[in-house]
Amino acid sequence: MLNKHIDKPVSVLLMSIAVLCGLILLLVLSFLVKEAWPAINDGAWRSFLVDDAWYPLEGLFGISPMILASLAMTVGAILLALPLGVSSAIFLVFYAPAPVGSVYRLMLNLLAGIPSVIYGLWGLTKLVPLIVQWQAPGVSLLAAILVLTLMILPTVALTSAAALTAVPQELIAGAAALGLTRKSQILLVLIPAAKTGIISGVLLAVARALGETMAVLMVAGNVVQNPTSLFAPVRALTANIALEMAYATGTHRAGLFASGLLLTLLVLLLAWLASRLRSQAQRG
Amino acid sequence: MTLTSSINTRPYTLGSMNTGEPCCEPIAHLQVQNLSLAYGQKTVLDGVSLDIYKGCITALIGPSGCGKTSFLSALNRLTDLSASTRVRGSVLFDGEDLLSDKVDVLTLRRRIGMIFQKPNPFPLSIRRNLDLPLKEHGVNDRKIRAQKIETALRDVGLWDEVADRLDSSALALSGGQQQRLCIARALVLEPEILLMDEPCSALDPISSAVVEALIIRLRGQYTVVIVTHNLAQARRVANYAAFFWMKERVGKLIEFGQCQNLFEKPNHQLTAAYISGTQG
Amino acid sequence: MKERGFTLLIWASALLVAAMLLWVLSDVFIKGLSHLSWSFLMDEPSDSGRSGGIAPILISTLLILLVALFVSIPLGLAVAVWLSDFTEQRSEFANIIRLTLDALTGVPSIVYGLFGNAFFSIFLGLGFSIVSGGLTLACMILPVFIRTCESGLSAVNNDWRKGALALGLSRSATVWHILLPAAAPAIVTGLILGIGRATAETAALIFTSGYVDRMPESVMDSGRSLAVHIYDLSMNVTGGDDAAYASAFVLITLIILLNTFAQAGVNRWLKGRLVAL
Repeated sequence: MLNKHIDKPVSVLLMSIAVLCGLILLLVLSFLVKEAWPAINDGAWRSFLVDDAWYPLEGLFGISPMILASLAMTVGAILLALPLGVSSAIFLVFYAPAPVGSVYRLMLNLLAGIPSVIYGLWGLTKLVPLIVQWQAPGVSLLAAILVLTLMILPTVALTSAAALTAVPQELIAGAAALGLTRKSQILLVLIPAAKTGIISGVLLAVARALGETMAVLMVAGNVVQNPTSLFAPVRALTANIALEMAYATGTHRAGLFASGLLLTLLVLLLAWLASRLRSQAQRG
Repeated sequence: MTLTSSINTRPYTLGSMNTGEPCCEPIAHLQVQNLSLAYGQKTVLDGVSLDIYKGCITALIGPSGCGKTSFLSALNRLTDLSASTRVRGSVLFDGEDLLSDKVDVLTLRRRIGMIFQKPNPFPLSIRRNLDLPLKEHGVNDRKIRAQKIETALRDVGLWDEVADRLDSSALALSGGQQQRLCIARALVLEPEILLMDEPCSALDPISSAVVEALIIRLRGQYTVVIVTHNLAQARRVANYAAFFWMKERVGKLIEFGQCQNLFEKPNHQLTAAYISGTQG
Repeated sequence: MKERGFTLLIWASALLVAAMLLWVLSDVFIKGLSHLSWSFLMDEPSDSGRSGGIAPILISTLLILLVALFVSIPLGLAVAVWLSDFTEQRSEFANIIRLTLDALTGVPSIVYGLFGNAFFSIFLGLGFSIVSGGLTLACMILPVFIRTCESGLSAVNNDWRKGALALGLSRSATVWHILLPAAAPAIVTGLILGIGRATAETAALIFTSGYVDRMPESVMDSGRSLAVHIYDLSMNVTGGDDAAYASAFVLITLIILLNTFAQAGVNRWLKGRLVAL
């Protein structure tokens, strides 16, 4: 009867590991705060908002242009990916013949699995030269938006498809019984019914776009300035961290950690909203 | 607190009741005393007292939802699986209260086996389904295990059917074979008591008859407590019968007695109505 | 008429998405394959990676992944098992753990890079090394791996759980002999997600495992991963595009290969344990 009372120690062991893994979040947050402290204590954080430029070596820490750039990229990418993604989902669920549908789904999964650095490489070598022909310098807000769109499209499409599939069959049958055309069934009944699921997928995509580093670092041009034109090179918050961590020291380094902290809080807020919506969709 | 003060039905314990002529020497194997069971705030069973006799088959009958299955799972502490389940009262087994915290649950479950409504062989080979519990209970000698496995499979009449494919999946067996395998899996541990929760209800009529015949064969060697909705089956297999009923949404034991007696001369109006099919 | 227009629109957007994917993939495949050769895989890089190969980079990539998986698989399985079988499903405490894991899933990879740099490289003194990078990636892939395995374990037929416990098997034996093998498909999925994320990761590695492109002598050496190599070639090395595409091709192939291995490895582990599901 060797392992008769093994459950007790195993249970304690497993729980300690679980607590340890839960503590990772605390560890991540506390190290971010610790490293960022010189840049945020005693009201130092105000300079992030007040300073009108990012010259960390001269003590100027205005990150608003980079926040705006990150937001502009994200919003632009969502504006493109939402209609494309939702119509892809509609295609997948209602229009695609069975074999085409499974190939299409496979393709979306493949697209989702491509490393972001490869999107960056492709964007830099294929997309940017195309934009240059239109308007220099090529590396720009537009390039970042397009690459991000490609990256978040699968997320939007796959979560929307899941939400559409989850719409109760009776609702579809009811709409068909009313004599609605397929288009009206989809636009008036199905999309509204799947709304929360789709929005929660979009929020996840927003979080991914905001947190993305490599792809935007490689194609956006990385000039710290307000995003005033689609063709202007801009620098995202994430890209800034990746670019300057290598040589940052002192308050500069703290400033980078502070921007990482800000980014994390933003993304956590979005993830929390998405999960609220998901549980709402499950209940209702 | 005395046994009888808090309950409205007389406890059906050894020597205190009119159960008619005993079928065998009535030795109490389990003495259930004032057992109550609640899931969270909801009480599902209250004030049940009865004896389970050694070597006999006791059938638990009554409508769905009156706590028969809960009663059964309390007897081998499967109720421990959910922390919100609260069991009160006592069940004496070998002079010890098996509900007490001091009892070693794993050994208890080896001694009191359980068969479920839906056959649940593990997704392993036929052999490993029996081998695994033996190994886990410390039977380390491979030869002894092989022998015990063969005996158990012979006991349930499965040996001839599966001897040549012991290493193929247990899930490939038919429903009736799966249920007999589950019984063999319990028997291989040489338990003293078998709890059966509607063991035939998920089977087709022919398999059901085979399993029923097997249960009858177990009589005398094992103490069996069986939940069944099939009254005819209860009459065919059981020595004793206990009738459960819902009163104010709480399961109660209404009547307990020799099976024959309970069916032919029920003491309680509800029992009479239930077995004649006018209630429940 | 309007109906036709809508159908057309749907098909057009689906085709557009497909076309874009094919565009990216075909570029990577065509440009990648044209530069790929046996010596590219076997040689050390020279001239900042413009010529030569990627042998040390492949080794570093695999070592980093190995460290990450070596840490995250046992820890992840332990937490998943605890959540599914050793604690009450609805317990507050377990829900708090689940919540923190879900929050960790959302943390951007560059932030893991910051954390890994501050904690593993500096605080624990592991420096820029394969270990630092691997541990950082382990933190990153753990949450997804845990949650996938947990949902797989919870989905295992509850009758088996009850049957095993009713036979007097311990929880531990039930999990080890029956539930984990039965949840293997979910474990593979979690593994594939983890491998995919870890192998593709760049931002979290730049400041933890570094970008030294020499052959690592031990896991305490700095090592450049394939993804970092691609980034460096395309951003910092003019004329590095061909090598970058070839590396990208290798990276995608590597991910597919590793996924196949993960699948095969788990199948092998299952053999002799599970006959059928």
